[in-house]
Amino acid sequence: MGDPLGLLSGLKVLDLTHYAAGPYATRMMAAQGAEVTKIERPGAGDPARHIGPFPGDDPDPEQSALFLYLNTSKKSITLNLNTTSGTETLKRLLVSADVLVENFQPGVMASMGLDYPQVESVNPRLVMASITYFGQTGPYKSYKGNSMVGFAVTGQMHMTGDPDKEPLVGAGYQPEYQAGLHAYDAVLAALYWRETSGKGQHIDVSVMEAMAYYHEFAITTWTHVKALSIRAGNNYPVGNHPLTIYLCKDGYISISCVTPRQSESLFLLIERPDLIDDPKLGTGTSRWENRDEFDEIILPWLMERTMDEIVTAAQDLRIPCTYVPTFGQLFQDRQLRARDYWVALEHPLVGRHTYAGAPFKMDQTPMQVTRAPLLGEHNEEVYCGDLGCSKEDLVRLRERNII
Amino acid sequence: MTEMALAGVRVLDLTRGWSGPIGARFMADLGAEVIKVEYLTDRGMASVEAPKDPTDFASVCHAAYPDNDPGKDPYNRYGPFNEYNRNKMSLTLNLTNQRCKEAFLTLVSISDVVIENYSPRVMANFGLDYQSLKLVNPSIIFIAMPGFGMTGPHRHHVSYGTNIEPTAGLSNMIGYPGPTPYKSGEAYPDPNAGLHGVAAVLTALFYRRRTGIGQFIDLSQNEAAVGLIGEALLAFDMNNEEPVRMGNRHPYHAPHNTYRCKGDDRWVTITVTNDQEWQSLSDLMGNPSWAREEKFGDQLSRWQYQDELDEYISQWTSGRDYMELMHTLQAAGVTAAAVYTNRDIVEDPHLKERGYFQEIPHPRTGPTLFSGVPVLLSKTPGTLRIHAPMMGEHNDFLLRDLVGLGEEEVSELKAQKAIVTRPPETYEGPPY
Repeated sequence: MGDPLGLLSGLKVLDLTHYAAGPYATRMMAAQGAEVTKIERPGAGDPARHIGPFPGDDPDPEQSALFLYLNTSKKSITLNLNTTSGTETLKRLLVSADVLVENFQPGVMASMGLDYPQVESVNPRLVMASITYFGQTGPYKSYKGNSMVGFAVTGQMHMTGDPDKEPLVGAGYQPEYQAGLHAYDAVLAALYWRETSGKGQHIDVSVMEAMAYYHEFAITTWTHVKALSIRAGNNYPVGNHPLTIYLCKDGYISISCVTPRQSESLFLLIERPDLIDDPKLGTGTSRWENRDEFDEIILPWLMERTMDEIVTAAQDLRIPCTYVPTFGQLFQDRQLRARDYWVALEHPLVGRHTYAGAPFKMDQTPMQVTRAPLLGEHNEEVYCGDLGCSKEDLVRLRERNII
Repeated sequence: MTEMALAGVRVLDLTRGWSGPIGARFMADLGAEVIKVEYLTDRGMASVEAPKDPTDFASVCHAAYPDNDPGKDPYNRYGPFNEYNRNKMSLTLNLTNQRCKEAFLTLVSISDVVIENYSPRVMANFGLDYQSLKLVNPSIIFIAMPGFGMTGPHRHHVSYGTNIEPTAGLSNMIGYPGPTPYKSGEAYPDPNAGLHGVAAVLTALFYRRRTGIGQFIDLSQNEAAVGLIGEALLAFDMNNEEPVRMGNRHPYHAPHNTYRCKGDDRWVTITVTNDQEWQSLSDLMGNPSWAREEKFGDQLSRWQYQDELDEYISQWTSGRDYMELMHTLQAAGVTAAAVYTNRDIVEDPHLKERGYFQEIPHPRTGPTLFSGVPVLLSKTPGTLRIHAPMMGEHNDFLLRDLVGLGEEEVSELKAQKAIVTRPPETYEGPPY
């Protein structure tokens, strides 16, 4: 085994992020062993603390699922950055930091005297990442965003849902999470370069560009062929069928038949080998054109069988076929359980709960997760320990609403 | 010359499809030297039919060749391949051939990273699993990214990104009110796995630069996607309630929806989260009498009467242009977005000003517009340096200059068709 503390142990991250995009980036850093100190507004803290969902739908800033999931393994201190003492204190912390991540609107860091040139003058080795919906420059830089905006301006929404209905948003906070993931990757690349150059730098990540990266299949269809994207319900609009979600006896399954061999196997599975030579249904393209007719053939077969029966039989024939779990079923998933995916964490107020686990398994040092911090939980540790304040200083800072 | 963040990192990219190639491309864009090792490849369709309707997305996008013309070498003209593999070199190696395998191992001995997204059995069948590669390069970083991971009862299950989105739980959160789970119209978990793969590899590279120790990374594309809805899963564990599908509505904000605009299938999203934003929206709508009714007077009440509210707002948006609405609403401080088509993204003035799309020449497709680098590093910016390689374009260079084979040995491999510059005759399309 490698370092018991984690692959990024020794790395100090100052986390000025809030809501979802920035916290996903710093969450990953913390999980790999970096020391991540989250800096929150005195009083309210990260707005994600007020968003929920909450246990029993009862709002409590220490019990928001969004906050608890995205801030595992971090420390929390409070600091009022609208005061000179606050920004001066931050600069003292920056001296020994390696990474600063923030996701304020463009211009906010500059207004606090904390834009990259000023931060660089305090610590030239610092890698600073800024995450916004539209980036630090360009005509939309001040536009407001949310998840629906992220899905909309990057084309994914236009391709989700029924053609005769409104386009649909995707699941949860995908645009924000993806911008956070991009920021993580960029910060690690910058840290790698810093090992030889000794220099930090600034990174500009936008939700719009991160999500556009995820839409390249459809984008390529415009840049190369000039065909406009479409929605095709639960079908993947590639003129091939079935790449869809189907109802079956006890739930839903997902089938993606792409190659001729896979569709031949599907015909064998549903006991219709005659369809191989059928001019209307034999090829992926012809099945796309006659997809309603094909669905009428396959649906009765599926409705007589359970998800489990179908997936097992289909995978035996190497057909890409999976079940569509509810959350209850996902927590019981055999594969995830066999791989010890889930992580149980104890929290003093929320109690013991199960969290989604590591996105990948590193064999030197596995991801390490501890519960999210209470608001300002580490004030004393950081201000007295790292910055050498006395307990009296702490009281004074609190009274002046600086922490 | 500007320095590049990942200069000096050599990556052997054995991936196919979208998930692996886009991850390796991210590293190539930031300066890594990426060698695509291919043979039975994913350079387009096995047999190409001309689309019946060259403007119909569904009929052209699985065979996206410029001008809908596969040409005599479709494997060098396929749009998605060329998009996902720019900045890379191509080496064709039949890894079931002993000499090719030896050449590959020589490359491993002088490389930093090996990335593959086969089913778990494939690399072992080649005799090229991590344990074997470690013998020739103890500090190699090896990432395997199969659908469901390298262990567990379902490790051999085959899947595409289109299967992962439903089976990772994401579809359970998408849909119109009602029982049917929806998936997005794209293989979203593919690039997600690729970018999580980059995260793992760069973490391992950073660690190795400090310690000299390499490692094996097991990335389940399914697990990388499950974590994307971690907050919703935690909420389920707290409350034992499945998510309620509500189209584009929000649990407590209203309006929060998509509204039909002028034109065919044109939409705008509008979100109001407080009274001030509501006032701005009302002002833009010309303060109609309905907007002043008491039931629309505060956030909670607007949420309770959102069926009516959405009806009124749709009447206002339906005769207006979706792009114009986005700009007008945003200028007034209301969160709004046009629902972009793929064309809208490519032609967007904001992305244009940020230089996101870039045109680079390609010998078989001419100058073509490609997606850019999505992260802007101030001192080591990523670049689009060169088009995706022709199949086997760098065979001679790589085998002679890097692997150190003689002229005769290279010719012999060519004669055996162990290295090629076009897909082998038996090629039936992408192997999965």
